[in-house]
Amino acid sequence: MRMIFRAVLLYLTIGAGAAPAALTIEITQGMEGAMPIAVVPFGWTGSAAGAPENIAAIISSDLSRSGRFAPLPDRDLVAHPTAAEQVQFHNWRMLNVDNLVIGQVTETGAGGYTVQFQLFDVFRGKQLIGFSFPASHADLRRVAHHISDLIYKELTGEAGAFNTRIAYVTTANRGEQKSYTLLVADSDGYNPQTILNSGQPLMSPAWSSDGKRIAYVSFENKTAEIYTQDIASGARRKMASFKGINGAPAWSPDGRRLALTLSQDGNPEIYTMDLASLALKRLTSNAAIDTEPAWSPDGRSLVFTSDRGGAPQLYRIAASGGQAQRVTFEGKYNAGADFSPDGRKLAMVHGDGGAYRIAVLDIETGLLRVLTDGQLDESPSFSPNGSMIIYATGTGNREVLAAVSVDGRFRQRLSLQAGNVREPAWSPFADD
Amino acid sequence: MRDQLKSLCALLVIGVLAGCSTTGGDKSATGEAAVEDRSITTEGGAVSTGVAGSGSFAGYSLDDPSSPLSRRVIYFEYDSSNVGAADQDLLSAHAAYLAGNPGQTVTLEGHADERGSREYNIGLGDRRSQAVRRILELHGVAPHQVNTVSYGEEKPAAEGHHDVAWRLNRRVEIVYMGR
Repeated sequence: MRMIFRAVLLYLTIGAGAAPAALTIEITQGMEGAMPIAVVPFGWTGSAAGAPENIAAIISSDLSRSGRFAPLPDRDLVAHPTAAEQVQFHNWRMLNVDNLVIGQVTETGAGGYTVQFQLFDVFRGKQLIGFSFPASHADLRRVAHHISDLIYKELTGEAGAFNTRIAYVTTANRGEQKSYTLLVADSDGYNPQTILNSGQPLMSPAWSSDGKRIAYVSFENKTAEIYTQDIASGARRKMASFKGINGAPAWSPDGRRLALTLSQDGNPEIYTMDLASLALKRLTSNAAIDTEPAWSPDGRSLVFTSDRGGAPQLYRIAASGGQAQRVTFEGKYNAGADFSPDGRKLAMVHGDGGAYRIAVLDIETGLLRVLTDGQLDESPSFSPNGSMIIYATGTGNREVLAAVSVDGRFRQRLSLQAGNVREPAWSPFADD
Repeated sequence: MRDQLKSLCALLVIGVLAGCSTTGGDKSATGEAAVEDRSITTEGGAVSTGVAGSGSFAGYSLDDPSSPLSRRVIYFEYDSSNVGAADQDLLSAHAAYLAGNPGQTVTLEGHADERGSREYNIGLGDRRSQAVRRILELHGVAPHQVNTVSYGEEKPAAEGHHDVAWRLNRRVEIVYMGR
């Protein structure tokens, strides 16, 4: 049995072939009032002609993608200090930058490096933070993202989400056949890795709360089935293959349960599955379509989509079951909810007047705000620090991803050179 | 056998003349044998299948392109699973065939247009295939003869982001198994 499983897996991943293409990110709407900052290229001490990664460029790109910072273009850098004693603060004050980042990368032998950086307040002329990290070659980008997180936290007071990942599905035509690929990449689009490749649809990737596993729906057996897969090892397990729909998997925050949609009893209902015992508990009981469960971050309740009122709207139900309460009232169509990490907001697909856009509901005030302006926007997913929402949209005849800040002021697009990309899911913070 | 081959060729010619494309047999990831690669999908998403093998009931043959049984797609309104009157007649013809061929099974593939969220669309496709299933069963088809699967918006019959494509994509396809 195990052999068969392996053979199938092997077949499924054949065709992944060369390394998958990386997403390209472009900022499509800037944010006024972004903080000017200078990130100076890091110094390098080592045997090769230059450092193996351009740490300053990674940091600069991270800060810029957050929408909160406006890094100075390289050509405007008046000096290239790599140590504190070389910094002339008056030069940077003249450029009106609030903060300055400098650093060095030093080869320590045997593929090891030390990355050191300092963040300065230019106007007060003093260091805010400074750290040094040992790193292997493979860790250098992660260290750069970690430095971005530290800078972001120091200057905004909020956690950065640069050291996170996104999962997404791409489709491509191979002759008459369609090919579906589930991938995981760093949140800046780098390092895309194929999780699964199939000739049949792949859907609904969902992260476990520790960021180590992904649940998804695969039609590889000509029927919908839910699998979970360990990202590092690739080992996967079929969790649900009941008659009818097996869809919309969502991990509970404590990692012990999976919420899912099954239609084994005749129509789509929300269930939870205990991952240890595989025992199912049915939460809804309604002749309508009940689907797309999303756990509240405290794990006590779930929001789901139901058309029990005649059209799809969001409802909330206790994780133990019981009566569902309607949550959305504005607009003819509200579906596919995702909770903000603080549990106060819900992102959703909001349809009104023919267009389907991403909206955010403030649960306490009931205020609904439409954030996007596409025609067919879907699959919203909050960044783990709650600052951005990534979603799927169309441009021309192509499917691309986009991200928008929760206040709607800052936007970016994530696209592939060729092919379609859809169903983004932003990872939680890594647990390491 | 030769006649069947001929009619298959004729169907293919019709398909090509009509500017249609043959589907590639929908080989699944697990390498299932391509048993349905004789189907021809028209631009309209209607699937006519030149199937080898006979079997007829009430004068209808699965192989006859002029038979109602060659029509194997039912279309739906937006966010609806209501089957129209004309399609009720079509389904009763399929039901009669299936009731007369109790060894034959069909899979009802439910589909939705691309608007709105993907998993809700899986729900819509499921509801449509269940509606067709109920009608077939009302007309005497045994429950074990009918399987359903919902693909939601994942397998559009027509590409494009407009009303025409959406109308063709809100559908249930009746797929005769093993033919």
